[in-house]
Amino acid sequence: MASLDSDYLKYPERSYGMDHDRYEWSMLQNRKKVTWPNGKKIALWINVGVQFFPLNQKGIPFKVPGGMTKPYPDLRHYSLRDYGNRIGIYRFFKALDNYNITPTFAMNTKLAERYPYLLGTIRERNNELLCHGYDMDKLHYGGQDNAEETELIKRSLDGLRKLSGQDIKGWISPAKNESENTPDILAANGIEYFCDWVNDDMPYNFKTKNGTLTAMPLSTELEDRFIILNNLHSAEDWANQVEDAFEFLLKESKTSGGRILSLNIHPWVLGQPHRIQYLERVLEKLSDNPEVWSTSASKILSAWKNQQ
Amino acid sequence: MKEDPGYYDYWPYENRPKIEWPNGAKVAFWVAPNIEFYELNPPNNPFRKPWPQPNPALPGYTSRDWGNRVGHIRQMELLEKYGIRGSISLSTALCDHHPEIIELCAARNWEFFSHGIYNTRYTYGMTEAQEREMIKDSIETIYKHTGQKCAGYLAPALSHSENTLDLFAEVGTELFGDEAGIYSCDLFHDDQPTPINLRSGKRFASIPYSLEMNDTIAYLVQKTTPRSYGKEIKDNFDRLYTEGAESGTIMCIPTHNYQVTNAHRIKAYEEALEYITGHSDVWVTTGKEIAQFFLDNYYDIALEDIKTKKQKYGKLG
Repeated sequence: MASLDSDYLKYPERSYGMDHDRYEWSMLQNRKKVTWPNGKKIALWINVGVQFFPLNQKGIPFKVPGGMTKPYPDLRHYSLRDYGNRIGIYRFFKALDNYNITPTFAMNTKLAERYPYLLGTIRERNNELLCHGYDMDKLHYGGQDNAEETELIKRSLDGLRKLSGQDIKGWISPAKNESENTPDILAANGIEYFCDWVNDDMPYNFKTKNGTLTAMPLSTELEDRFIILNNLHSAEDWANQVEDAFEFLLKESKTSGGRILSLNIHPWVLGQPHRIQYLERVLEKLSDNPEVWSTSASKILSAWKNQQ
Repeated sequence: MKEDPGYYDYWPYENRPKIEWPNGAKVAFWVAPNIEFYELNPPNNPFRKPWPQPNPALPGYTSRDWGNRVGHIRQMELLEKYGIRGSISLSTALCDHHPEIIELCAARNWEFFSHGIYNTRYTYGMTEAQEREMIKDSIETIYKHTGQKCAGYLAPALSHSENTLDLFAEVGTELFGDEAGIYSCDLFHDDQPTPINLRSGKRFASIPYSLEMNDTIAYLVQKTTPRSYGKEIKDNFDRLYTEGAESGTIMCIPTHNYQVTNAHRIKAYEEALEYITGHSDVWVTTGKEIAQFFLDNYYDIALEDIKTKKQKYGKLG
């Protein structure tokens, strides 16, 4: 067996705080309490991922979760994902409108290019769009060439801004994966907040070479894809977990200030006929509660920023 | 390699022209038992390994063989009890191995459609000529043993090439004219039938064969419990039944005799079948009947609506 270098027992970052300089170490309990408009306790951020998984997936440097898994052409996974963009999303629109819930749409720019009807429908709804990268197979990753990534981010943002008519301020990387440069490139290209770091329940400041971004909390643990397709729980159990999370956060908010319930959901997962009723059940419960502020990601961001 | 199969166009699920099924049914309901033969010693395919263990791979082989020896009769009797004619997704070599099963199904006027020759012979790596020959063999085998002109296709083990649907449609026409090779179960993009773009321009439809309701996906991939599977089937039906009032929907339960008919699973399946067939506005039918009805009555209307929707927003920006 090969022996380890003596450096293996040296710890150059061993000091108070983080082992990098992107953000300050801070425990949630020690922060200033936040209040939401009209004294609401829970800001509800429904984040709908609208995604394009290409059939000719390259998988560099890894296969995106939810992507193709079979040899080419994997019609099975391609068409099941596309189901969300044709069928599931229209079930989502109806459910969201029925319970008067404000969604935020995280869209791959490639999908906006492919499906003008879908983008046009979202434009007419006047919901906030954030950029979810170019497509699900255009990953951002450690060691990626800086010029290549810069071009990819510019292409994604310019394209979605032009097609949507919105000045896109938010970003989610495909698979929430980044290179060491991603936040710097995002900040240089007009992004104000991003949602890739799942290390908090509240927004926090994130340092970049080009100014400060806000990291917004978008839980992966409570995501439909993660619970149903990764953990293999039922859609009904997803709804139970969301309701439990909501009740806990509501209780915590009574003593600790406003909290955020962020639900990252996908029409190709919950938009299936046998699952949609569980999204509706959750939306009904949340919309019935007077402590809930249903709003877009950027409105939550502004309300938080104004109190810092 | 293409980023998009190109078989179908974007068709949003809102304000579509109303599909009315026979007798005012809201849902066209069909059950597709996969009657498959897996080989004990299949040849190697460079793109997919047939079994996880070296030959002989007993766990996978024997549980599937159980489906033909024990499970088949159970499912056939169950479907008969609820007035359902199966639409069989057939490993056509089964006609040679187990003709008794074919005769039992043919006597009940079940539909046979092609699921390749064996479920251990993948399309991956085949030349176009090889895939054409395999498809042709499968259609001819069905005709020889049942007299049926094969209407539908589900590629063996869902293994495809870029030309799979084109080849199936072309071979169907070559052998039997336009009544054969008219629908595919290979795409999962919709809850209604959709027109498929083929290089030949032949009128051809995708008929939803729900992978989400497939017992093998439920039990082996999603690790669902039987009762939970039964509940999902009912939930799936409820939504499609409600939406079917606006425009007819399709619900399919694809099954496998080695999965759903296990003694500990069959009760949940039966309860779901009883629930669905207990509703008044359900067209209990077969894949071919749905495809033919769609091609005869709604195919052109669908194409027209797809074109209209495409024009609505044009190119934005």
